[in-house]
Amino acid sequence: MESMIQAVFSTTFLFSVIRVATPLILASMGAVITSNAGITNIGIEGVMLTSALTGVFASAYGFGPWFGFVIAIITGVVCSLAIGYASMSLKADSVLACIAFNTMAVGGTVYFMYAIVKDKGTTIALNSGKLPSIEIPIIKDIPIIGEILSNHNVVSYIAFFMIIVVYVLLYKTPLGLRIRSAGKAPNALSSVGVSLLKIRYIALGISGVLGGMAGAFMSMGYVTWFSKNMTAGRGFIALAADAMGNSTPIGAALSSLLFAVAEALSYSLQVTMIPPELVQMLPYLVTIVGLVAYAAKRSKSEKKRKEKLAEE
Amino acid sequence: MKIKKRMTVEQFSAWFEVMRFAIAIFIAFAISFIIMSFSTNTPLEAIGNLFVGPMTSIRRFSTVLEALIPLTFAGLAVNVMFKANQFNLAAEGALFMGALVAAILAIYMPGPPVLVIIACMIAAGIVGSLVCAIPGILKVKWNCSEMVVSLMLNYVVLYFATYIFNKVARDPDSAYKASYSFREGVQLGNIIPKTRLHAGIFIVAVFVVLTYIFMFKTKWGYKLRVTGSNIHFAKCAGISVAGVIMSSQLIGGFIAGVGGSTEMLGMYSRFQWSSLPGYGFDGVILNILAKENPAYIPVAAFFVAYLRIGADYMYKQSDVASEIVAIIEGLVIILVAATAFLAKYRHKMTTKVSKNLLEAGGAK
Amino acid sequence: MNKKVILKVENIWKVYPNGIVANKNINFEVHEGEIHALIGENGAGKSTLMKILFGIENPEEGKIILNGEEVKIENSKKAISLGIGMVHQHFMLVDSLTIAENIVLGNEPKKFGMFMNKEEMQKRAAECSEKYNFNINVNEKIENVSVGVKQKTEILKALVRGAKILILDEPTAVLTPQETKELFVELNTLKKQGHTIIFISHKLNEIMEICDRVTIMRHGTTVETSFVKDTSPQDISNKMVGREIVLTVEKKPARRGDVCLETENLVYVNNIGKKSLDGVSIKLRKGEILSVAGVEGNGQSELAGILTGMIKPLSGKVIINEKLIEEYEPSVFRSNKLSYIPEDRMTNGCAAKLSILDNMFADKIDQFLYNYIFLDRKKMREKAEHNVEDFNILCGSIQHQVQMLSGGNIQKVVASRELTEEAEIIIAEQPTRGIDAGASELIRKKIVEFRDRGAAILLVSADLNEVLELSDSTIVMHNGKVNAYFQDTSKLTEEELGYYMLGVKKQTEEEVKGIL
Repeated sequence: MESMIQAVFSTTFLFSVIRVATPLILASMGAVITSNAGITNIGIEGVMLTSALTGVFASAYGFGPWFGFVIAIITGVVCSLAIGYASMSLKADSVLACIAFNTMAVGGTVYFMYAIVKDKGTTIALNSGKLPSIEIPIIKDIPIIGEILSNHNVVSYIAFFMIIVVYVLLYKTPLGLRIRSAGKAPNALSSVGVSLLKIRYIALGISGVLGGMAGAFMSMGYVTWFSKNMTAGRGFIALAADAMGNSTPIGAALSSLLFAVAEALSYSLQVTMIPPELVQMLPYLVTIVGLVAYAAKRSKSEKKRKEKLAEE
Repeated sequence: MKIKKRMTVEQFSAWFEVMRFAIAIFIAFAISFIIMSFSTNTPLEAIGNLFVGPMTSIRRFSTVLEALIPLTFAGLAVNVMFKANQFNLAAEGALFMGALVAAILAIYMPGPPVLVIIACMIAAGIVGSLVCAIPGILKVKWNCSEMVVSLMLNYVVLYFATYIFNKVARDPDSAYKASYSFREGVQLGNIIPKTRLHAGIFIVAVFVVLTYIFMFKTKWGYKLRVTGSNIHFAKCAGISVAGVIMSSQLIGGFIAGVGGSTEMLGMYSRFQWSSLPGYGFDGVILNILAKENPAYIPVAAFFVAYLRIGADYMYKQSDVASEIVAIIEGLVIILVAATAFLAKYRHKMTTKVSKNLLEAGGAK
Repeated sequence: MNKKVILKVENIWKVYPNGIVANKNINFEVHEGEIHALIGENGAGKSTLMKILFGIENPEEGKIILNGEEVKIENSKKAISLGIGMVHQHFMLVDSLTIAENIVLGNEPKKFGMFMNKEEMQKRAAECSEKYNFNINVNEKIENVSVGVKQKTEILKALVRGAKILILDEPTAVLTPQETKELFVELNTLKKQGHTIIFISHKLNEIMEICDRVTIMRHGTTVETSFVKDTSPQDISNKMVGREIVLTVEKKPARRGDVCLETENLVYVNNIGKKSLDGVSIKLRKGEILSVAGVEGNGQSELAGILTGMIKPLSGKVIINEKLIEEYEPSVFRSNKLSYIPEDRMTNGCAAKLSILDNMFADKIDQFLYNYIFLDRKKMREKAEHNVEDFNILCGSIQHQVQMLSGGNIQKVVASRELTEEAEIIIAEQPTRGIDAGASELIRKKIVEFRDRGAAILLVSADLNEVLELSDSTIVMHNGKVNAYFQDTSKLTEEELGYYMLGVKKQTEEEVKGIL
């Protein structure tokens, strides 16, 4: 028990929470944008994976990690728009299109990895580099807080910054207003002469940017190589975080953090007596419980609203 | 494209569907071929190997059939749930859990092997039902998205099962993560010597027939199809829709669980899975290819298994990674699922066919 | 008159892909600065005409002349740019946004090139609201405001975009009397400021109250335009319904039996809080066709919904064959030998993607089984083929998907399923809406045939012809209440019925009680 408490309250634990949360926050911001526009985007898993690979290649064969970062983002946008093309222009069911895309991403990344580095497991042999970590001037000198908040990968800071960006985008810009309308009442949007399709493509594109960053972090921040199926369901978690956070940037970010705490816990508790599998299970279980709690609350308030109307 | 003068609109539709499939597959292969030609100097040879690979020996061909078994189970499980219009992806977890439960019973349960095998399958089925019931209950009761819940649930099942496995069945002397060996005889016997093809192929055949009968010949299947097709209509006609949705998830889970146990007892002598096998998504893929008809699921499973085994052969013969099949699969699925793909052509031809019919009628 | 014609439509024709001619050679003119009423029965083509003016539908033939120039209105965007605004019956608002946000959507004020200019947005919305004397708080969220305010928002949405001509599609259908009054004040303000309003309504008294001129539509064409002050409600009503009644269905006098369906004081509040049923008590006897007539939206569909278990009343009782209904579930009603032809056949009446065969047994599969669980395919096929023949369903094969059939044939599939020997009570809701004459006649004949076999039939219909042709007794619903009861429909004229449907006349409570 004591070791557990020690593990949880150590600065390394909190440091690792931020590290683990980074891709989740970025991907869940992508999910927030698309779900606000009325699209269930489980393709974000495949988007992350594909971007992670192209990022590594662009970095190794191009001009270093920052170049890789840019290419990863471009890849994310292209993939997202491709999903949009399949589901909106070719009119395939959007979930099916995403599942097909994810299948292609899992296999396709391995295919290209093998084609280029002749290895089906990882690109470890490739010296693809890492996006820099940053020391924050004043904060780094503050005890404890400095240890937790400073010296993270640059993408981690970008991720937290993106929460603000997505928040501003959704609630403070005309585009955000249109994106939210596209999800909530598509006919309201068309009634004022705005193209629904265009808004949804834009939303997918933005989610591609965020998914691309998440992928870049996976292969050039979290670790420094690409490995087979390295996203391991993080895109799905992002989707769940979005659902749990009621598709708000803050809610989804908090849900992502909750998940990250559970995941980080599962690493640091492995030294204790608690079975690691149960700890690993925790984040997913927490997500389901959160989803149910949210849905139950919603159906209850709906019922109340009806009763109130009836009384009047 | 030449159209026979007297073709009816229905005949044209059926013919068109087949053609659409063929074109989708052709396009998928063509794109993959282009991709392959960037990474190998002999793309023609590689794709040739992909096609003939599984036919090169009985052993290889039997691998296709082996791979077809769990795929078909997953396809059937997803089919029953999809038909009720539920996007429940927990077949993955159900199959995993079923496999583990079967393995545990196969290690510890005393009694004649045949009985143990039957017990394994029933227990696996029940556990599978329980897994798939969870998203169903949450959907019916609180309207939670069954898709998101089932995606998360699969990981819960994975870690929970791993925990149980470590606690109950893991062989500490084994060099890698594996359980104790199953009891002597508690395995589905091989049916063709020198291959690993096991009696599971009969079991899966029985399940295909049963699922087909259930879906199209029984009152439950009828109510399920009506509910999945239009839930408002089903309710209006007096069908208890919540009950139908729940029971379809239970049945789908049962099939997945049995599938897990069949795979475990047929292909392994100890439990050694440590990650999700991916059959849940495969089940979805098969249903798109099979147009959600249980009778076509084994055919679709054969197609997918053939491709995958062919790709393995190709990989061994040349320097092209077998994962190219994932790209082929994905492209085929998108094109088959894309309702707008060739829709213009179809509309044009349908009009033409109708006109032809009218003219033919007028000539009489 | 020397008033300027702002909008003129000439020879408009609109044919829908399913072959229904919604507008036949429409001609009408709207003067600048007037409130122009457009009145007609359901299906007279008013909505189609307005959709054409707002660019939602495109006409096959005809001209639209705006301010003396011919214009083509391809889509709503074009209509908006031409200064035409429309307030739909179903609001097109985003519930989670504020009134101001809804008003500026698509046309948002910006600052620093990319951010929303909230102050400017609120200012714009508030100014507009003030200009027209709309007393609303633009910072309120739509989900928290009343229906009346939502409607004001819709009107503002159009005005902000510079609408000079405002089309209101049955604006008062969803409003309380108080809100209606407010709306009229506002419309008069708009009129004074030079706006032109096209006002679609069924309610004669409202038209008399605020409109300058009225155009009457019937069967897809315009009958007459006149000044409201030169006409009377009776006159309008007569012209709306005026037609030669074609009685194609022969029927013998009803032989009434016992009461088999009874309601007591049914009250229902719909989900926008409006009392759509306000104490309805009726009795239905075996061997009779009782029709529930009324302009749509006066509570008839809620009544049908309750009597089939689709919705649950707030209070009141339903008694079937002397048994009190306690659970409102369709299965409960069906087990009491009640069958139902629903109003919306594609949503509640069939599964479009299943075969004709599969659609015919959804309510009674248990009668077509062997060994308790297996479908008796042979018996099903025989029954389905019998139905196809009996109802003259035109199809290639009973294996075809229902969605491949025409509307009339789909309705025949629905009717053939519901009109079965076992049915003792049949609730038929708009059974012949939107289908061809042949199919209508067949379904009507079948309904009479079932009456003669002793079934009790409740016919909910907004079609006067159908009511007069089929029913033995008639009740008229108006504003959620039974407005009139006629024991013998044959003594009723369409003019008379029209008066009660439109609320021009009303029976006393004593007379209405005749039904009990």
